[in-house]
Amino acid sequence: MKKRNSRRSFLKTLSLATFSALALSGCNMKSLDEFLQLNFKILSKKEKDDIIKNLETKYKEKYRKEFHVSAKPAIEGILFGYALDLSRCVGCRRCVYACVKENNQSREPQIHWIQVLQMEKERGIDFAHSDVHYNPEKVPEKGYFYVPIQCQQCKNPPCVKVCPVKATWQEPDGITVVDYNWCIGCRYCMAACPYGARHFNWGEPNIPVEEINTEMHYLGNRLRMKGVVEKCTFCVQRVREGKYPACVEICPVGARKFGNLLDLNSEVRYILENKRVLILKQELNTQPKFYYFFGI
Amino acid sequence: MNFIRFIKGSIKIIFRGSVIYYAWVTFLLLLIIWGGFGYSGQLSEGLIKSNMRDSVSWAFYIGNFTFLVGVAAAAIMLVIPAYVYNWKPIKEIVIFGELLAVCAVIMSISFIIVDIGNPLRFWHMLPLVGTMNFPSSMLSWDFFVLITYLLINLIVVIHLLYCIFYKKEYNKSIVLPLVFLSIPMAVSIHTVTAFLYNALPGRPFWNSALLAPRFLASAFCSGPAILLILFQILRKMTKFKIKDEAIFRIAELMVYAMFIYIFFTIAELFKEFYSGTENILYWKYLLFGIGDNKEIIVYSWSSIIMGCIAFVLFLIPGTRKNFATLNIGIVLIYASVYVEKGICLIIPGFTPDVLGQIYVYTPSLTEIRTAVMIFSLGFLLFTFLSKIAIAIIFDNYDIDALNQKKTHKLKLKNY
Repeated sequence: MKKRNSRRSFLKTLSLATFSALALSGCNMKSLDEFLQLNFKILSKKEKDDIIKNLETKYKEKYRKEFHVSAKPAIEGILFGYALDLSRCVGCRRCVYACVKENNQSREPQIHWIQVLQMEKERGIDFAHSDVHYNPEKVPEKGYFYVPIQCQQCKNPPCVKVCPVKATWQEPDGITVVDYNWCIGCRYCMAACPYGARHFNWGEPNIPVEEINTEMHYLGNRLRMKGVVEKCTFCVQRVREGKYPACVEICPVGARKFGNLLDLNSEVRYILENKRVLILKQELNTQPKFYYFFGI
Repeated sequence: MNFIRFIKGSIKIIFRGSVIYYAWVTFLLLLIIWGGFGYSGQLSEGLIKSNMRDSVSWAFYIGNFTFLVGVAAAAIMLVIPAYVYNWKPIKEIVIFGELLAVCAVIMSISFIIVDIGNPLRFWHMLPLVGTMNFPSSMLSWDFFVLITYLLINLIVVIHLLYCIFYKKEYNKSIVLPLVFLSIPMAVSIHTVTAFLYNALPGRPFWNSALLAPRFLASAFCSGPAILLILFQILRKMTKFKIKDEAIFRIAELMVYAMFIYIFFTIAELFKEFYSGTENILYWKYLLFGIGDNKEIIVYSWSSIIMGCIAFVLFLIPGTRKNFATLNIGIVLIYASVYVEKGICLIIPGFTPDVLGQIYVYTPSLTEIRTAVMIFSLGFLLFTFLSKIAIAIIFDNYDIDALNQKKTHKLKLKNY
């Protein structure tokens, strides 16, 4: 605690020097505070509450709407897991767009946390011959099956290992999150991720005001800024409140299952017990908590 | 106080020069302005002005960074023989090698800064004030070794120039250990930079133990090439004396490096193409393109052809010891390694991407302009530092010369 205070005071003294740099980009004292904000993970409860309150006010002033930003921590005894039924998925991409809406992903430039790959039945799971831009009149197409891919929530996440500033970490409930205010935008995590699950805000993100989801989590779907990385969080704002992720709810064929891996009676555990599951790229030892299975 | 006078004296030298010197500086300044306006567009609108996207998330900038780390590392090419074996014809030119290393490190760090989404948040990476992910992240290692290498070279070269300026004997107990330290440091900056890519099992193109050795070998081709050109210019334009023998010796060392590089690359190609696993896709994309996506093969084959011609020119004693053919070889090998590190190393790592999709990348105008800005800034810095070094080492610009001028001016005033 003491160490952190001295760090903070050191930063305050540094602030004079940095202020001149900020002044060039037309910033005020509030953005100076934001600029000097430390890594969210090491902040105290009170500091976090202040940041959340400021964020809600800032959003309200900017968008003239009420916002609720949560910083609810992980609940003890929960480790989230996901299961996806490859034999049911029809490749309709409803999950992709439900995710975009729920998680406030930029519409232009376009960001999709879920990518659905179309694969040939004769080849099996083969990324090199898959197509993410399939666009027929009707899905599913004859001879093809579909593999939706999002963050696999690895137990051994390469993205966390490589981040030079600890801006991304695994929460106790197994969700890997990003502190958007701490990410420097070096994109090393994107190079490290074997699943293409991390996405970068190459430009200023844009969402029509009326479409912004005002129920937010600080480490999840709050509004992002230019130059930071974002990713699927299993809808941390929903699942920590006991709801299903948006992609699970929207799926019209019930291919997506979600639950607590530590609860032996959960649906995910049922699938692990009674169906045979596979994980993607198991040779890389990333140990995903996202399982694929064949329900039929 | 003495040191301030040394700095003041050095700054004065920068402003003195021939018409050619001023023309060169103006040319660089114009390039910096042209590139700077390109970069300012990226600053305001974001990296969307580059052609990088989620599929190819690192590209030309990080490639330039890698190339320049190699140039910086190659300074040891000259430090090892000169300091360790007290090799007379090379000793005087070690200072220029170290100056080049200093400029190259500064340029490489600049390429990282333009590549990150939030350059103002760079302090998050510093130990104590930020939360540096050390020792887990290779990027934090790279930052650490680059800064250390920069400091070592700066201290050595400033101390040497300072002592010549004050006509003192340099402090051996400081300089020698630092120089001995700088040798493993030079190896480590390029090794750690290779590990940056190497340690990503999700990118099979880089996940080969030969990557770091290939990095070092290619650096020993491109780094000395710049110095060979510089020495010839200095020899013509200043009192700088360097024997042909020394230049040919450096060229000879470069041939060994080229041979090792070619051998390593052939070993890599054999393993990939003979095994023929799905990981061969990345090499196929680099060398032949996949389907209609052949944009990158212009870069890969121009690099290969230039490199092979340079190898032959350097290998045959007749062409190595002929300045016309030697210089053609120097330009070719430099361009070859630049294209190899700038494009051919990075892009196939991301194409096809981890999900097998192909996004065709070539650098955008903004990326090229930003690169021109950084290279011009680096050349400008190197020009200034070399000018100071030349004046102090060869033109007897020392403390007496500085004082004489002052007293001369005083006398004029008294009149």
